[in-house]
Amino acid sequence: MQDNALLQMRKINKIFPGVKALSEVDFTLREGEIHALMGENGAGKSTLIKVLTGVYQMDGGEITVNGEKIVIHSPQDAQKHGISTVYQEITLCPNLTVAENMFIGREHNPLVNKKAREKKADKLLEELGIPARSTQQLGSCSLAVQQMVAIARAVDSRCKVLILDEPTSSLDDKEVNMLFKLMRDLKSQGVGIIFVTHFLEQVYEVCDRITVLRNGELVGEYLIEDLPQVELVAKMIGKELDELGALTYFEEEKKESGEVFYEAASLSSSDALPFDFKIHKGEVNGFTGLLGSGRSESVRAIFGADKVTGGKVKIKGEDVKITKPLDAMKHGIGYLAEDRKRDGIIAELSVRENIILALQVMKGFFKPISRSEAEAFADEYIKVLNIKTASKDTPIGSLSGGNQQKVILARWLLTHPDYLILDEPTRGIDVGTKLEIQKLVLKLAEEGVSVTFISSEVEEMLRTCSRLIVMRDRHIVGELKGADLNQTQVMKTIAGGESENEK
Amino acid sequence: MNNTKKFRREPLTDTQLLMTITICIFVGMYLLAMLLFKGGFLHAQQVFDMLNDNASLIIVSCGLTIVMIGGGIDISVGAVTSLVVMSCVLYLNNGGNIFGSIRLALVIGLAFGVVHGFLISYLEIQPFIVTLAGMFFARGLTTILSVNPQKVDHDSFAALRAMKIEIPWLGYTAKNGNLIPARMELGVVVALVCVLLVFIMLTFFRLGRGFYAMGGNQQSALMLGINVKLTRFISYVLSGLLSGISGYVFMMHTGAGNATNAAGMEMNAIASSIIGGTLLTGGVGNVVGTLFGTLTLTTIKKIVVSSGLNDPWWQSITTGGMLCFFILLQSVVLSRRAKKKKA
Repeated sequence: MQDNALLQMRKINKIFPGVKALSEVDFTLREGEIHALMGENGAGKSTLIKVLTGVYQMDGGEITVNGEKIVIHSPQDAQKHGISTVYQEITLCPNLTVAENMFIGREHNPLVNKKAREKKADKLLEELGIPARSTQQLGSCSLAVQQMVAIARAVDSRCKVLILDEPTSSLDDKEVNMLFKLMRDLKSQGVGIIFVTHFLEQVYEVCDRITVLRNGELVGEYLIEDLPQVELVAKMIGKELDELGALTYFEEEKKESGEVFYEAASLSSSDALPFDFKIHKGEVNGFTGLLGSGRSESVRAIFGADKVTGGKVKIKGEDVKITKPLDAMKHGIGYLAEDRKRDGIIAELSVRENIILALQVMKGFFKPISRSEAEAFADEYIKVLNIKTASKDTPIGSLSGGNQQKVILARWLLTHPDYLILDEPTRGIDVGTKLEIQKLVLKLAEEGVSVTFISSEVEEMLRTCSRLIVMRDRHIVGELKGADLNQTQVMKTIAGGESENEK
Repeated sequence: MNNTKKFRREPLTDTQLLMTITICIFVGMYLLAMLLFKGGFLHAQQVFDMLNDNASLIIVSCGLTIVMIGGGIDISVGAVTSLVVMSCVLYLNNGGNIFGSIRLALVIGLAFGVVHGFLISYLEIQPFIVTLAGMFFARGLTTILSVNPQKVDHDSFAALRAMKIEIPWLGYTAKNGNLIPARMELGVVVALVCVLLVFIMLTFFRLGRGFYAMGGNQQSALMLGINVKLTRFISYVLSGLLSGISGYVFMMHTGAGNATNAAGMEMNAIASSIIGGTLLTGGVGNVVGTLFGTLTLTTIKKIVVSSGLNDPWWQSITTGGMLCFFILLQSVVLSRRAKKKKA
């Protein structure tokens, strides 16, 4: 069974101050297979990948490539051994050209042959069907193209092991399919691919084998045929799925109360076209649509996060003006931003400081929240939301993604909003935390808070929302509720009546 | 489809765009000055004077551009220049020879560069703090060497100083009928060679592209397999080395050492780099732009003087205004560009 093993990691240990991130983890990658590495946030996937790529040094264990024991101290070492990585965040330089990004750091000639490089790059880009020119500045390409350039770079370095860490989270369906085609091509060339993702369907679409981690320990390695999706989820969260059952119970309770909390008429911002929108007290509604359809831009306009350019806004029937986030906050609106790393956390500050931030801003900086108050708040929400952190003084940056998200959620809950906008609150976080957040949303609604929920996963929206607003090409194209709330209907509305292939 | 691809011109990169803006502004400003003030601006000597007076600033700015492209800063360059001047003057006056003095200049510059680079790159201390310390240190050493101004008293150095490149066809006829050729000091040649070498290094060499990558996104540069620590180290060493060269050129220009030599030069060098299109955030910039940045700064000062505003503060005020204008311009241009991409 081990004879075509390309990469073996045995008994890998990694200890961070106070946390054992990996303990005795084994991982085997064979030639020409796509191997999914699955686990909740904080299960140790990222740590394992970072050990393999030399970003972290392991504290014990051994790594062999083709039966030879190797030591990896830096990303360069990893590259030398044929291990290439494409990260979720683009790790290329936006100020350089596409060609440079593909070849920099890999050539040994001190003089750069620009022409030859560009020719080579163009050839490769064409082969892989990537819509970019080699002489283009990378920063002028879309994120998806940048991602593909990163893959092209890895492909060109004749890597034996290709690690794709959440490569699909910023791609749309068409791009994902292009990526999968590329992955299958590489697989047939004998490359071993490690695929890390949160999208279960994608795992079942391309992968051959799954390794599941939980709490820094190996749960097991399975062939894809042997592990149905439900069991995979159970393995990942480590308990049977009775909680899913609990959620279906909530489903029955979706309801709509009479009072309108927020109403906007032809609201527009620098990034959003005019739209009408209203939400009732205690209602959960959702914005759905493809990437770039304008759902985030619309809610940002509601919160005043982008420059508001027009429209009338009423809260509880009264005319109000919301032009900046502080206005919105004063009217009881909270907004959990889509990009957690950029617009959410302040990585260097502690969990406690991150929690009280929004409340502090609302009170004004000249009325500081006392230390003891802040600690009480922090303790309360760490408990209520079950945030896994070493202490309330731990910098938030060292928490796992799901727990960071909970801290930001706590920040908004602390302001006791009447209307909470959650933009992709469950993106990039594990199944267990996802369920917790969904449950929380429903509980808030029951308490009379209006919630707008945005997610890329339609299924998740169907479970939580009682009304779905569908957007396409920056326009609202439909509103679904009641019996229409099902996957087919949503897809139909997103796609539009006529053929959507015209463009 | 292939055809259209071939003939389509690639939009300028950020670096090229900002450099082009600077060059255009310089040319426009100079032409304007020629029209408005005539006099000196009509003679080629005006340009040569600007180069003669600023050769050492140009050299130092080259070093600073390298460091800034890599996302760092080096504010010790003026003080190091001053230290080099004073050391070389004393060395020559105490029986040293020319080659010895050149070697001394390079060694002092290199030494500062190496120490800065080591502290910043390998011990990961903030570049601003490290080079601030370096600045005080070099200034202090200069004063220890001599509190009083020192004049060089050395025959072969005097001969070297007197060597000037004369270009008769660019000269002009003075009022008494004599033809005065355009004169360029040796230091200018050194400065232009420095600009050329740094330009080649930045554009065609792996190392140079490494500076850009590091300044663009340090984490990415690391992931792309660039030895970021070494690259950063080298950027400070180069800056130190260029400060050494600058010191020597400074001495050739003034022929004397003074504890307050090159005071504020680091700030002028930063201003030159920024006006030349180097972003303080790193990753964007070009040494040719820096050369024009220096010239733009100098032209402004000359224009101020020509307009009869002889008080020294006017020069500072216009320099400040200029810098502000350029930074605004850069951010407007770059943000417009980012928006275009989005749409």
